[in-house]
Amino acid sequence: MSLLHWAILAPFLMTLFVPFIHKRASVIHTGWFVLILPIVLFAVFLQYLPVTRMNSSITQTVAWIPSLDINFTAYIDGLSLLFALLITGIGALVVLYSVFYLSKTKEKLGHFYVYLLMFMGAMLGVVLSDNVITLYMFWEFTSISSFLLIAYWYDRERSRYGALKSMLITVFGGLMMLGGFLVLSLMGDTFSIRELAAQALELNEDPLFLLAMVLVLLGAFTKSAQFPFYIWLPDAMEAPTPVSAYLHSATMVKAGIYLVARFSPIFALSGYWFWIVGAVGLFTMTWASFNAVKQTDLKGILAFSTVSQLGLIMSLLGVGAASLHVETLDDHLYTAAIIAAVFHLINHATFKGSLFMVVGIIDHETGTRDIRKLGGLMSLMPVTFTLSVIGAFSMAGLPPFNGFLSKEMFFASMVHLLELDLFQMDTWAILFPVMAWIGSVFTFLYSMMIVFKVFTGRFQPEKLEKKPHEAPIGMLVSPIILALLVVVFGLFPNLLSYSLIQPAAAAIVPAILPPGGQLDVHISFWHGFKPELFMTIGVIVIGILLYKLMPKWIKIYDYMPGKVTLNQFYNASLYAAERGSNAITNAYMTGFIRSYLVYIFTFFIALLGFTMWAKGAFHYDASSAASIGLYEAGLVVVLAISIVTILLAKSRLTSIIALGAVGYTVSLFFVVFRAPDLALTQLVIETVSTALFLLCFYHLPALSRHNEKRRFQAGNALVAAGVGVIVTLIGISAHSSKFFPSINEYYIENTYKKAGGENMVNVILVDFRGFDTLFEITVLSVAALGIYGLIKLRIGKGGETNENQ
Amino acid sequence: MEILMCIVAGLLFAAAVYLMLSKSLLRIIIGTGLLSHGTHLMLLTMGGLKGGAVPVLGEHASLYTDPIPQALILTAIVISFGVTAVFLVIAYRAYQELGTDNMEQMRGMETDD
Repeated sequence: MSLLHWAILAPFLMTLFVPFIHKRASVIHTGWFVLILPIVLFAVFLQYLPVTRMNSSITQTVAWIPSLDINFTAYIDGLSLLFALLITGIGALVVLYSVFYLSKTKEKLGHFYVYLLMFMGAMLGVVLSDNVITLYMFWEFTSISSFLLIAYWYDRERSRYGALKSMLITVFGGLMMLGGFLVLSLMGDTFSIRELAAQALELNEDPLFLLAMVLVLLGAFTKSAQFPFYIWLPDAMEAPTPVSAYLHSATMVKAGIYLVARFSPIFALSGYWFWIVGAVGLFTMTWASFNAVKQTDLKGILAFSTVSQLGLIMSLLGVGAASLHVETLDDHLYTAAIIAAVFHLINHATFKGSLFMVVGIIDHETGTRDIRKLGGLMSLMPVTFTLSVIGAFSMAGLPPFNGFLSKEMFFASMVHLLELDLFQMDTWAILFPVMAWIGSVFTFLYSMMIVFKVFTGRFQPEKLEKKPHEAPIGMLVSPIILALLVVVFGLFPNLLSYSLIQPAAAAIVPAILPPGGQLDVHISFWHGFKPELFMTIGVIVIGILLYKLMPKWIKIYDYMPGKVTLNQFYNASLYAAERGSNAITNAYMTGFIRSYLVYIFTFFIALLGFTMWAKGAFHYDASSAASIGLYEAGLVVVLAISIVTILLAKSRLTSIIALGAVGYTVSLFFVVFRAPDLALTQLVIETVSTALFLLCFYHLPALSRHNEKRRFQAGNALVAAGVGVIVTLIGISAHSSKFFPSINEYYIENTYKKAGGENMVNVILVDFRGFDTLFEITVLSVAALGIYGLIKLRIGKGGETNENQ
Repeated sequence: MEILMCIVAGLLFAAAVYLMLSKSLLRIIIGTGLLSHGTHLMLLTMGGLKGGAVPVLGEHASLYTDPIPQALILTAIVISFGVTAVFLVIAYRAYQELGTDNMEQMRGMETDD
């Protein structure tokens, strides 16, 4: 166990102590104790910066199931470190924020921090695992802990609905991803991501390659809320705001981004990757930003904006794959997309985290998140206002904040695609910058809505539950730190270039890394009059126009998709699945024994009949058969008559007597076929059985055929005839193909010599095969006891009654 | 003879299945009785019906009938008797408690027809 392993497991270990701390030290908010851990972890991870800076990595392995090649391998390189720092850094800020957000007395804090720590550990495990099976394990841990966190207020119906929805969708994706991992490991014969990446070229040729890629991408897209799986994220907003800020903006939803980035070295050579990741990401970005504008709940806007921004990062990762195809070492046109993706990832975590916290503050201080009720809070909450301006302007892509830089890089990457002549890009390339631009206009719109609908306009105190005032300083610390980072990264963009961004980007596209060298990552604030600058100016101008004219055109949303949304599809398919399986079960589980017998016998006929036909198993060979004597023929006729009598009998007595006749005929058969013991037993037992039948059914009504319909009888007759024919055919073929002689010679020889008896059947029963007889006696005893119990024991509906009383 | 016996056993099976598929509990139990008869006859037939003496050494014959299937059938007869007896008592008790021997009514639903 190395330091890295302890770092991953520390949050899990901490969960064991949280309930104790919560109980023993309830005077102090539990969050203060929890806060120590992410800070320490953040410091621990900072120590790895010098390592990854040189594009080197550390691998530590602890054997878990070595016989299956499943190990707990911790692996840290630029990409992992970036995520680990985000998780622990934002984790610390979120814990700090939650200390002030969640009430010490009203909330179940013990639960909250256990779930949150579990999530943090799982997330660290995801980004630091090299073994795909371990990665999958932690991946599902994030789904489970996220489920628990969304349903934190489990007495609310909406929370439970949101939790279930996110669980179903992310677990579906997780399972698909597991399938993808298994296919990958079958192809590459290893579970290690690094070893798989080393054989990327051979894997590309594999016929299963595309399957593995699509399955892994399904996992990434469901987790990162890409189209059409984004629907769980807006409903996950029922979680407490610190959870939304942490899971649904900065960490969990980026697990999918991480997965795509991590598997880029394996898949990115393929043109499908370029198209699927790039196009899905870009479409998600445009679609979600378009939908964000019509939301009226602040968290709803932020949820859709998260989806949109994740789509943006995803599309950059997809488009960056082009760098593997056209890159010459001095031309970094397409690598810039990867760098932009990493940069925007950091930026998004900062501004979206702070925006969520701002929304939480507004909710906390006014009692509502509905933008129709809010307005004019600027003078009442100046600090919150400033924070939201910084966050929202950065999100909109305005200078001088960091969002401006990454948006410019985004535009630049999309514009460069026009020059790409790969993957049929010559025909479709123009769509990329156009969609990116439209998406950005709507991004600008909803960013402005967050600021201006809430903080300017008319103050409506009568609609608010509480009297609004500025938040306590403790609650403001975390968003202030994040907002400061937004400004600092905006003004000094190269602060992180070579410490974090370069190593992360190099981990995503190691193939084009010059030996021992580094990617050129220089983010310039001003880069001349390039097309991307004009696009940004266009976004701002059109955005302001649209914002001003909003009341005029906002109605188009009423005519838009409305009727057929993905949510309705989700709900309808859940409903249909439930109803459908119910209907199927009700259809075949009739509760009537006849149905089940029909299934059993039909399968019997079909299976045996088909096997006999397919294997050509039917033989007819009467040469070894004995000749038919007069007695036998007569007995057969008697037997047939008795059977028909039973079938046609109208009274109970007739059928019982006819059954007895069958039994006696069988015992006559035993006589004819020289089986005296059998004949004796059969005779006695048939007599007793018939007597029993008569005894038992003295009280029963006359044998009724229950007015069975003719069709009902015909169906029965068909099944019955089928069974009879199959049995006969099997009997004949079995008799006609004997492969070896009987072992009866041994018994005939040794009955007297070894066992000292003359009646072979009896000697077999009590000597050679005495155990059978022992348990046959047991069966009879059990039957006798059972009958006694059935007759005597009466535990009726009205409690215990006994016939004897 | 063996071929004929196979057909007889098939006939017994068919009648047994037909009875087991009906609605009356009594007919179902009679069906199980026929089914065990069919099985026993089939067992005996598979052992071969060629002539030979009764499997008792005192006969001093050169050829005996196969004793193994007979031992197996004897066991089977006793077991099926035990099971049939339990079935009968269960059916009797069911009629006492529920007042019907119609399987359709026993599942607690209205009859379809």
